[in-house]
Amino acid sequence: MSLDPEVVRKDFPIFETRMRGKRLVYLDSANTSQKPRQVIERIVEFYEHENANIHRAVYELAERSTAAYEGARAKCAHFIAAPSPRSIVFTRGTTESINLVRYSWARANVREGDEVLVTEMEHHSNLVPWQLLTQESGATLRHLPVNDDGMLRMDLLGDYITDKTKLVCVGLMSNVLGTINPVRQLADAIHAMGGLILVDAAQAAPHMPVDVSELDADFLAFSSHKMCGPTGAGVLYGRERLLEEMPPFHGGGEMIREVFADHSTWNEIPHKFEAGTMNIAQAVGLGAAVDYLHSLGMDSVRAHEMELTAYALERLNAVGAEVHGPSDVDQRGGAISFNVADVHPHDLATIVDQEGVCIRAGHHCAQPLMRRLGVPATARASLYIYNTREDVDVLMGALEQAKGWFA
Amino acid sequence: MSLDELYKEVILDHYRTPRNRGRLDPHDVKLERNNPLCGDELELYLNFDGEDLVGIAFEGKGCSISMASASMMTEKVKGLDVKQARAMAESTKRMMAGEEPGDINELGDLVSLKGVVKYPVRIKCALLGWNTLLEGLDEVP
Repeated sequence: MSLDPEVVRKDFPIFETRMRGKRLVYLDSANTSQKPRQVIERIVEFYEHENANIHRAVYELAERSTAAYEGARAKCAHFIAAPSPRSIVFTRGTTESINLVRYSWARANVREGDEVLVTEMEHHSNLVPWQLLTQESGATLRHLPVNDDGMLRMDLLGDYITDKTKLVCVGLMSNVLGTINPVRQLADAIHAMGGLILVDAAQAAPHMPVDVSELDADFLAFSSHKMCGPTGAGVLYGRERLLEEMPPFHGGGEMIREVFADHSTWNEIPHKFEAGTMNIAQAVGLGAAVDYLHSLGMDSVRAHEMELTAYALERLNAVGAEVHGPSDVDQRGGAISFNVADVHPHDLATIVDQEGVCIRAGHHCAQPLMRRLGVPATARASLYIYNTREDVDVLMGALEQAKGWFA
Repeated sequence: MSLDELYKEVILDHYRTPRNRGRLDPHDVKLERNNPLCGDELELYLNFDGEDLVGIAFEGKGCSISMASASMMTEKVKGLDVKQARAMAESTKRMMAGEEPGDINELGDLVSLKGVVKYPVRIKCALLGWNTLLEGLDEVP
């Protein structure tokens, strides 16, 4: 089933909004996606008909809210082919998911002399927590290099994954380069050394089918807001065995079994990691986003984006833009970073904004990667299910205009 | 002033033909500052004769607004004393915060930067040079 972005567009009320009197050309979905009516209405429905705190009350309304929340968990498990909803922890988003692993699993398991491996293309959210952890524990943080085509230097794997490596932290899809990383190969390498792999799927989960068993991921994190869901919700997938063994993250209500004056025992997974009142409506909204994406089919989402990315790359090359990252759409997603000679990305973003075009300019929360690319910043257009060739054409017109100003 | 006019009439002139661009050697004060959010980088060199700012130059990489604003700044404050330079930086910052800048005549063509106020995320680009100058003035030997 192929995806018609003009039909998809009609599901997103925001596209009725005009920008400076013009069609809204939203090319910043890698930053946050727009939300379909189905998700917005589900959140409204929850607040109007089901709202109560979860897991705490015996009345009918609380049963409804709990069913909605736990239903969303089951949908998320299905979305990434996780074996059981018990392996799905709700969080505020990818950043919190990764920090949960840092504070819970890694603090208990990474010691002085150990190594944690990240890559040169990680988002700050999958880098800074590991800087903090290794500084605190005396472990060493290492960075798998990226080549000039924006791909990981897998030829160096033998040097970087050794018996000292306890954890590999890698993005499945780069938010800057679009690169889809060979996560399964990394998983096999680290598992052979007895270590674990954490996969940052914030950029991948909205755009391609993700299967934790195929990836053989020990942990996998993603965010609701980049995949048509509301902000404030995200997921940490963890192997059940690991989650069982891990100490709690936040302490508080709901995560406990029994509390005494001086100690407590913990609730079963995943509730052990969900202290306090969670973002219930947001989790329900994420469940609706999963339903929405399933209705389109993740294979169709990916196919649409590959086709549109190929078109955008062709057009960008034609105007002489320097595009970073792989040129083969089989190896990349639709987050496209580029530089236009003589026009600083910030100027570019401001100028194309006059045409109703939203692109991001800056370092995209990946400053070490910017240094590797040798640029202070890039412009980034990122594509999603509601983008069309017309959107790309409008961007190109605006780019030509910007080039004209600076010529 | 429309964006088009702002860029074409003022910003691009200074961006393409920056004034006082380069390094001062020797110098009394050198500061390196950046805008981590956007990657603008600026080096500012100052030379003083007593309380007078007799030499100023900048080097940097950044968007047209950050570089043009730094260029305009060097033209405006060169030859002023520390107190006057500080007052001009403060007036510019007030103007960019959308407040009354004080003596508008004193600012001269800097007033053109006011067009940037309409683009809030770009204000810190315009102020990178000025904030660096204020720090540098505190280091007068």
